[in-house]
Amino acid sequence: MPKRTDIQSILIIGAGPIVIGQACEFDYSGTQACKALKDEGYRVILVNSNPATIMTDPGLADATYVEPITPEIVARVIERERPDALLPTMGGQTALNTARALSHDGTLEKFGVELIGADLTAIEKAEDRQQFREAMTAIALDTPRSRLINDFADAAEALDHVGLPAIIRPSYTLGGQGGGIAYNREEFEQIVRNGLRLSPSSEVLIEESVLGWKEFEMEVIRDRADNCIIVCSIENVDPMGVHTGDSITVAPALTLTDKEYQRMRNASIAVLREIGVETGGSNVQFAIDPATGRQIVIEMNPRVSRSSALASKATGFPIAKIAAKLAVGYTLDELDNDITGVTPASFEPTIDYVVTKIPRFTFEKFPGADARLTTSMKSVGEVMAIGRTFAESLQKALRGLETGLSGLDPVALKGAQDGEVDHQAVVAELTEPTSDRLLKVAQALRVGLSVDEVYRACHVDLWFLERIAEIIAAEESLVADGLPHDPAGWLTVKGLGFSDARLADLTDHDEGVVAGRRRGLGVRPVYKRIDTCAAEIPSQTPYMYSTYETGIGGQSAENEADPSDARKVVILGGGPNRIGQGIEFDYCCVHAAYALSEAGFETIMVNCNPETVSTDYDTSDRLYFEPLTAEDVIELVEVERSRGTVLGVIVQFGGQTPLKLAAALEEAQIPILGTSPDAIDLAEDRERFQKLLQRLELRQPHNGTATSSDQAEGIAEEIGYPVVIRPSYVLGGRAMEIVHDPDGLRRYMREAVVVSGNNPVLIDSFLRQATEIDVDAVADGTDVFIAGVMEHIEEAGIHSGDSACSLPPVSLEPDVIDEVKRQAAMLARGLNVIGLMNVQFAVKGDEVFILEVNPRASRTVPFVAKATGVAIAKIASRVMAGEKLADFALPDRDPDHVAVKEAVFPFARFPGSDIILGPEMKSTGEVMGIDRGFARAFAKSQVAGGTVLPDRGTVFVSVKDSDKSALVEIARTLQSVGFSLMATAGTADALKAAGIDSHRVKKVLEGRPHIVDNMLSGHVDLVINTTEGAQAIRDSFSLRHTALTHNIPYYTTVEGARAAVRAIEALRGGHLEVTPLQTYLVGSF
Amino acid sequence: MPDPAATAETDTEIPAGATAVLVLADGTAIFGRGFGAAVTRVGEVVFNTSMTGYQEILTDPSYAGQIITFTFPHVGNVGANADDHETTTPASLGCILRADITAASNYRAQRSLDDWLRSHDLPGQAGVDTRRLTRRIRDAGAPHGALCHAPDGKFDLAALRQLAADWPGLEGMDLAKTVSCTQTYHWDQTLWSFADDGQGDGYGALAAPAKHVVAIDYGAKRNILRNLAAQGCRVTVVPATATAQEVLDLAPDGIFLANGPGDPAATGVYAVPELRTLIDSGKPIFGICLGHQMLALALGAETEKMHMGHRGANHPVKDLETGKVEITSQNHGFVVKEASLPDTVTVTHRSLFDGTVEGIRVEGKPIFSVQYHPEASPGPMDSHYLFARFRELLG
Ligand SMILES: Nc1ncnc2c1ncn2[C@@H]1O[C@H](COP(=O)(O)OP(=O)(O)O)[C@@H](O)[C@H]1O
Ligand SMILES: Nc1ncnc2c1ncn2[C@@H]1O[C@H](COP(=O)(O)OP(=O)(O)O)[C@@H](O)[C@H]1O
Ligand SMILES: [Mg+2]
Ligand SMILES: [Mg+2]
Repeated sequence: MPKRTDIQSILIIGAGPIVIGQACEFDYSGTQACKALKDEGYRVILVNSNPATIMTDPGLADATYVEPITPEIVARVIERERPDALLPTMGGQTALNTARALSHDGTLEKFGVELIGADLTAIEKAEDRQQFREAMTAIALDTPRSRLINDFADAAEALDHVGLPAIIRPSYTLGGQGGGIAYNREEFEQIVRNGLRLSPSSEVLIEESVLGWKEFEMEVIRDRADNCIIVCSIENVDPMGVHTGDSITVAPALTLTDKEYQRMRNASIAVLREIGVETGGSNVQFAIDPATGRQIVIEMNPRVSRSSALASKATGFPIAKIAAKLAVGYTLDELDNDITGVTPASFEPTIDYVVTKIPRFTFEKFPGADARLTTSMKSVGEVMAIGRTFAESLQKALRGLETGLSGLDPVALKGAQDGEVDHQAVVAELTEPTSDRLLKVAQALRVGLSVDEVYRACHVDLWFLERIAEIIAAEESLVADGLPHDPAGWLTVKGLGFSDARLADLTDHDEGVVAGRRRGLGVRPVYKRIDTCAAEIPSQTPYMYSTYETGIGGQSAENEADPSDARKVVILGGGPNRIGQGIEFDYCCVHAAYALSEAGFETIMVNCNPETVSTDYDTSDRLYFEPLTAEDVIELVEVERSRGTVLGVIVQFGGQTPLKLAAALEEAQIPILGTSPDAIDLAEDRERFQKLLQRLELRQPHNGTATSSDQAEGIAEEIGYPVVIRPSYVLGGRAMEIVHDPDGLRRYMREAVVVSGNNPVLIDSFLRQATEIDVDAVADGTDVFIAGVMEHIEEAGIHSGDSACSLPPVSLEPDVIDEVKRQAAMLARGLNVIGLMNVQFAVKGDEVFILEVNPRASRTVPFVAKATGVAIAKIASRVMAGEKLADFALPDRDPDHVAVKEAVFPFARFPGSDIILGPEMKSTGEVMGIDRGFARAFAKSQVAGGTVLPDRGTVFVSVKDSDKSALVEIARTLQSVGFSLMATAGTADALKAAGIDSHRVKKVLEGRPHIVDNMLSGHVDLVINTTEGAQAIRDSFSLRHTALTHNIPYYTTVEGARAAVRAIEALRGGHLEVTPLQTYLVGSF
Repeated sequence: MPDPAATAETDTEIPAGATAVLVLADGTAIFGRGFGAAVTRVGEVVFNTSMTGYQEILTDPSYAGQIITFTFPHVGNVGANADDHETTTPASLGCILRADITAASNYRAQRSLDDWLRSHDLPGQAGVDTRRLTRRIRDAGAPHGALCHAPDGKFDLAALRQLAADWPGLEGMDLAKTVSCTQTYHWDQTLWSFADDGQGDGYGALAAPAKHVVAIDYGAKRNILRNLAAQGCRVTVVPATATAQEVLDLAPDGIFLANGPGDPAATGVYAVPELRTLIDSGKPIFGICLGHQMLALALGAETEKMHMGHRGANHPVKDLETGKVEITSQNHGFVVKEASLPDTVTVTHRSLFDGTVEGIRVEGKPIFSVQYHPEASPGPMDSHYLFARFRELLG
């Protein structure tokens, strides 16, 4: 069947901001879908509020709406664009739920929009837990015993039916949100209440537990002719009970006989047919009882998912691209397998290596959060590694995680201290799924537990445990006998995936010595290709991974890298997503690849994050799927250098990850493109940076560096409290705090950091009530282009990544803006920046202070590009490769529209943690609101970020003294537009004094009914609460917590509140209009 | 290919720890760690790209005369059991792996693959860059080789090379006879099913046979017979050498031509004349793999040796009549020459990998055959429908 000609335009809904459970895998899928459909000549209309995505680059769709993804807004896009079809399967749960709402409210019918890929019945059959169960029964597939409830009243009966422990699974939620495992009645009732609240259809499935069973996923594709293929099978190393997104997983499945595998394959296909997914990719999850082989179906996702991104990268089969083409009528046999170029897409990839995925967590940023892994997803990113054996891929993944591991590094076990091993205690520890359980498993084996003991504790399949035991055994002989003496011995340990760094630890040498010995014996990795067919058909695509072929083949191992003789640029990616380093940096790397290919270079991408666009085989000319460590990167660059010329490596685009490698690369005489690592160090090194500022006569807050607690106190006294304090060299403001007094300082030095000679703490005088400004610029050594000046909404003190900001600035005086531009330019020249630079300023009165300079790509680069229409990452990369800014046409004035960036937070996933913002970054993603004026742009950013601003009702206000004056005006406006006010005593007095009446309400500690009672009874529609000081923060925690868990919109800064009030006013002035980027940015590109 | 670094002269020194070697006719010596039986086997070196079902593959009689390189690195994970056999005594000659065989981890496992290989007197070798070997086979064709497992690490490379060089090759080799049954027997076992308690898993038994099929055994895989039985057919299995008369005397409702090893032309010498008679008998006929090639020869077409053959469980085949694509299990090194097909024969199935003939039908006669393995085991079951199609022809 050829492609459909009865449709001309197609609407694609993106996934919106990066949140836990929906990360950049949906940029990968959306980007592939846009490209694929545009290639087919369709008019592609895109809605996605996330400016950091590649898919929202104006070139990828014909009309790109960076607008909130809500049914109302998308309906307006539909009304304006009149698409013939809507493809809802590329934007995760967000797109699916929005599409569902749009069919229910009749919008799709009204404008004659056809759902392609998955229709309403299919979506509901798959996502509605009850309908899904019935569907499974209809095709004789087994599911766990369960009861669906819509009302808490039925919970008890349901529990009697399934018994404890019980699994609670809400319908239509994302990443298992609102679900959990209840081991007792209390937990049960609490989780069920939460689940009912979070499920869009307020229904939860109460289910019999199959904890400890093996969990599998199948990635299935179906076309209109009912051809079905399995792209990849995935086995979870963590058994049932840990969300697949939080589980360590391997591909392909490794512990199934063919009979079991074919049963699962048949079941997967039967599920797609029964659910009615006519075309596209789906993911089906199974559980298998290891003792009896009993197979049950867990769920299916009728869309591309995190797992399909993983499956695509693991096999080379571009699921999203193919799914998009199937949605417009092609059949699999009509589409090519790009990798081989000569065979069709209608086949099942087969692989000759093992893929391991390990999730990355960020619990340290959310004190109070429950760090146990459950059925609700908590990880913020993942790393994937490829090796010829499980051991090799596992150890590559561990070092790729970038959490300081070089392999299965030792960890502390409570049950095994100073030689004493209490088996019971260790077993107890292993029973609890945690983010580092695999390391604990290894440690348990190290301290002498048997594989069977460990198995009984954690139910990780024996096959995996035995492989880990083999690694531990190898470690023991390395410790005993030191490094191998002959190539064969070396190849054997390297073949197990040991990094030089890990070998160095084990044999206590330093890494350089280990690498030297290894290379001295000619032991080097070879590169194999990912070709979808286990070498049966020659591959056209240089998509590669490294491996050490085992010791005694008797032949020189075969290297398939086959480097070209071109002029090459190597781009180092950002590795796994984490808070502080996410999709924004991948965006920059992808732009570097695009721009440099256009400029005629061969682009070589190195990254290990399967969710990204950068790891698509067609983003760069050559792709190495490798951990971003010095060892792995240097080895592959040497191979590339063996032919042609490597012009240099770009380390400034992938965030902190590649930057950390700069020194090692230079040592290996590998040229770095653009700003020199020394300049980067100059910006990061306190002393050197200070000298520079003095030379340039620029100001920074009073500051000092302390290597001991006493020294720190001395410096703080001299600077004067409050001070901002942090360890040196951190990203995302890790462990950064504002301390108000000596006690606070001592506590910080005691609890937050370990200071020493070579890792000191940095202490800055905290600038109160200063306006923070971000500036992004591109410099070429001669000229400096100021690409964007962003005024933060929240005052300095809230991490730049967490505060909302406006481009162009809303309230800054023109001369202040000129001044920061001038200073930014001076810094660019002073640091001799070649490429991108980001500066953060704080403006107090008319004084301008420099907070920090990052002579590298920053988090705001994509936002600036989307807001101004200038592709600065592309320009910067070409400048780094030698071109001059003068060669580009650059605008010289700000746009006349306003773009507002707002951050999105994962607090809802970590109920125990506080929602107040500070200098440590906590947001996972961002949205952009763009409109003619600030108020509406800000309103859009709030809506897009999921904050539903009320247009009437009661506002609760309770602010710290320093904010009281500012609050007055806010309160007055609120009252004037008809809100009633509720305030705590102090705040109420302040308002009274200004002649504003408010209803007084008790603080939580003042007896009942207090504010939380009022919130719980639904009397509060908006919360404005600012606090400072440990005590006050602790006392007011419960009210913020209630706002969070009961989705009551809240603002924890007075500036945020002010902007919100302006937005509320604007919203009352008429509903939000939608306009495509292409209209705002007319002329540019 | 073969590259000099790889070409071992007879004085090649043996790497420490090597307990097995594969020596190819051109002298290439590939060393590894031996497992399975400590014996030497000589044959054609092929590869299989399946990621599951190694035991079914090793017991598929069509692998007679072949040493199998598994492209998936971890083989043996799920051990071996008494159920996943496609024949009593494996006809393949041994296997070559990337990673060492590990202890089994699966509730169905009864012993380790290593034991199992030893018990069937099959050698194996691990620690080989199997991807490199596979690429060599892909580019230069399936070589002849001698696989030797010697725990003491002592090999006579020259002698092994000689063995490989002297091995006549599959062309002209009639191997069907060597793997075919020697006496007629009856088959009533049906397909595998899982019982959720893990105890009652197993094959079924045919209760009330509706039809009678005579299967000519060129090296039949049991799952073919199980599929026939599952269609309600009582199956009588006769040796490859059975005459048309012997077959017809059994009064079958239909005749099945099984898969098998070796060169179709060689087996055809005695099989084809008999088949011609059977074709003329007007009885429904269904052939698979070698059976398909025998049928084609009997219809006047020719077969030829393929460069590297089709061996895997992911091969897309298009049913030209329905337009549907099936993912198939394949194992063949010879193929029917399309140009040589008489015009009474229609091509019904085609490989989407290389366009070769995968299925044919005789116009106006209840006769059809496929080159691939619709019985799967191992592999996808997409093509089981062909057995139902055959059943319909039986009336
Ligand atoms: N009955 C059950 N017993 C034990 N664990 C379960 C059960 N059902 C689901 N889980 C676990 O919960 C996780 C999330 O459930 P799932 O329905 O897949 O949520 P989501 O829709 O967010 O993916 C699964 O990956 C699995 O590990
Ligand atoms: N002296 C200061 N006064 C007020 N706020 C500050 C000061 N120094 C840092 N901050 C706040 O802390 C945040 C994080 O500091 P920054 O140096 O940008 O860390 P990072 O390197 O993680 O971005 C800044 O965005 C700013 O809001
Ligand atoms: Mg799931
Ligand atoms: Mg910063």
